[in-house]
Amino acid sequence: MELAELYSDIINEHSRNPGNRRQLINADAQKRGHNPSCGDDITLSVSFDGDVIADAAFTGVGCAISQASADILSDLIIGKTVSEAKTLTEKFLAMIKRENTDDADLADLDEALALKNIANMPARVKCAVLAWRTLNDILTERQSIS
Amino acid sequence: MNNNILHDFPLLGKKFGDHTVTYLDNGATTQKPDSVIKAVCGYYGGCNANPHRGAYALSVKATDIYESARQKTQKFINAQSSDEIIFTKNATEALNLIAYSYALPRLQKGDEIVISIAEHHSNLVPWQFVAKSTGATLKYIYLAPDGHFDRHDIETKITANTKIVAVTHISNVLGLINPIDTIAAKAHEVGAVIVVDGSQSVAHIAVDVQKLAADFFVFSGHKMLSPMGIGVLYGKKALLDAMPPFLMGGDMIEYVEEQETTFADLPQKFEAGTQNVGGAAGLSAAIDYLEAVGFHTIEQIEQELITYALHNLRELPFITLYGCDAAEGKTGIVTFNVQDVHPHDVATVLDSFGVAIRAGHHCAQPLMKYLGVNATCRASFYLYNTKEDIDRLIDALKKVRSIMGY
Repeated sequence: MELAELYSDIINEHSRNPGNRRQLINADAQKRGHNPSCGDDITLSVSFDGDVIADAAFTGVGCAISQASADILSDLIIGKTVSEAKTLTEKFLAMIKRENTDDADLADLDEALALKNIANMPARVKCAVLAWRTLNDILTERQSIS
Repeated sequence: MNNNILHDFPLLGKKFGDHTVTYLDNGATTQKPDSVIKAVCGYYGGCNANPHRGAYALSVKATDIYESARQKTQKFINAQSSDEIIFTKNATEALNLIAYSYALPRLQKGDEIVISIAEHHSNLVPWQFVAKSTGATLKYIYLAPDGHFDRHDIETKITANTKIVAVTHISNVLGLINPIDTIAAKAHEVGAVIVVDGSQSVAHIAVDVQKLAADFFVFSGHKMLSPMGIGVLYGKKALLDAMPPFLMGGDMIEYVEEQETTFADLPQKFEAGTQNVGGAAGLSAAIDYLEAVGFHTIEQIEQELITYALHNLRELPFITLYGCDAAEGKTGIVTFNVQDVHPHDVATVLDSFGVAIRAGHHCAQPLMKYLGVNATCRASFYLYNTKEDIDRLIDALKKVRSIMGY
């Protein structure tokens, strides 16, 4: 895989200026995600307005891929319902695992599509999916209590 | 000299994608010379049988290979007796053996275990476990500004309550040689034993366990040209004799009755089950190789490489170095960061130019925290590396920031 495909403008921009890397006051749900082998360590926070995700943000440290991925994820899910966000999360994970390669179906992942080719880099897959796995846990818990 | 050495290592000439690999991750594992690969193949292709058991020529031959590897290892680190050489799968298993068989039965509340902040997790987590299990206290020797152990800490942390001092000979992150003889003297003064993790030293500098005054000394074969899965525990005979076995099973027994067992003498007492004879054959060939090159030459090669690498890295304004200010005792390990770029991204970019380095916490999370970083890059050199390898590292490093949009 070409480096320019991995470190694309979208990824570099989100990793250098992650607008959603901030503390979320009054978060309704918060979860830490960690890659013990490489040290990526983020905490994802979400606040809800009824069934809608009112805000999402993250804190922590990690490589450009993990940080850009968390930032893109946050952008994507703000304003979505829990079930819409869950569908997007599952779609993203399926894209990375190459279980879903249907570009038309994947289109609503928007900027997260920039991470599609990470599937070619087994060593970096865990960086890309960290925030999404963490969100998946938050949403699963939210669905089970509502 | 270097080029001749390079030709002994078949993997180093091979292409991976567009590049032959520039292998700078020797702290993690070294490449293997032809002679080691042939020794392993030769064992499985010509002599394979279960040692110590069969009353037939092939088994006798396998036993010979295994036991002569033990004797060669004894001479290699200058142990007094081959009974003091226990084969394990790696340094980690050797350290766990000491933790379970020496420390757990002996330590109690009020006792102290002293380690350094620069330990690999393998010489840290077992001691945490022993401390939690026995009520002993785990204490740390911290570092002086140049990265060496703080002399004052060595003097004051080891006290009359200290029962075990466990330190690395050379840190896998800082690459600095620690003053084992001084620490051993202090440990022995208070009646403690000293455990030395030789994983990063035994392939790089000449080791004499008696001169070091180590009570236990451990290392992994795969970091010294040998196959993975063979390691060594050296222990003073009197200590090993007094310890209960670690793993129970075949080949470590004398008589087994329905309710009682008596155990074999050293070294079999600590070698339950069928052992890694092919690995021992490889280790034996690796020792031959290292001794043929000679540690004087190996040290010289590494010194030239580290001096050249540090000189060039210091020219790059965006590089931060860790543990590179010490005037002496620096081996071929350099740990650094690239400004604004996470080590994993650095490693990925370098990989695209065929340069293999390690990025992350190097199994030393407490040290990373102590240094105030989350992760670092590490390049570690060995006898087959060349100045051209370092040129390729430097050239690739110069491209990292622009690829990352800086």
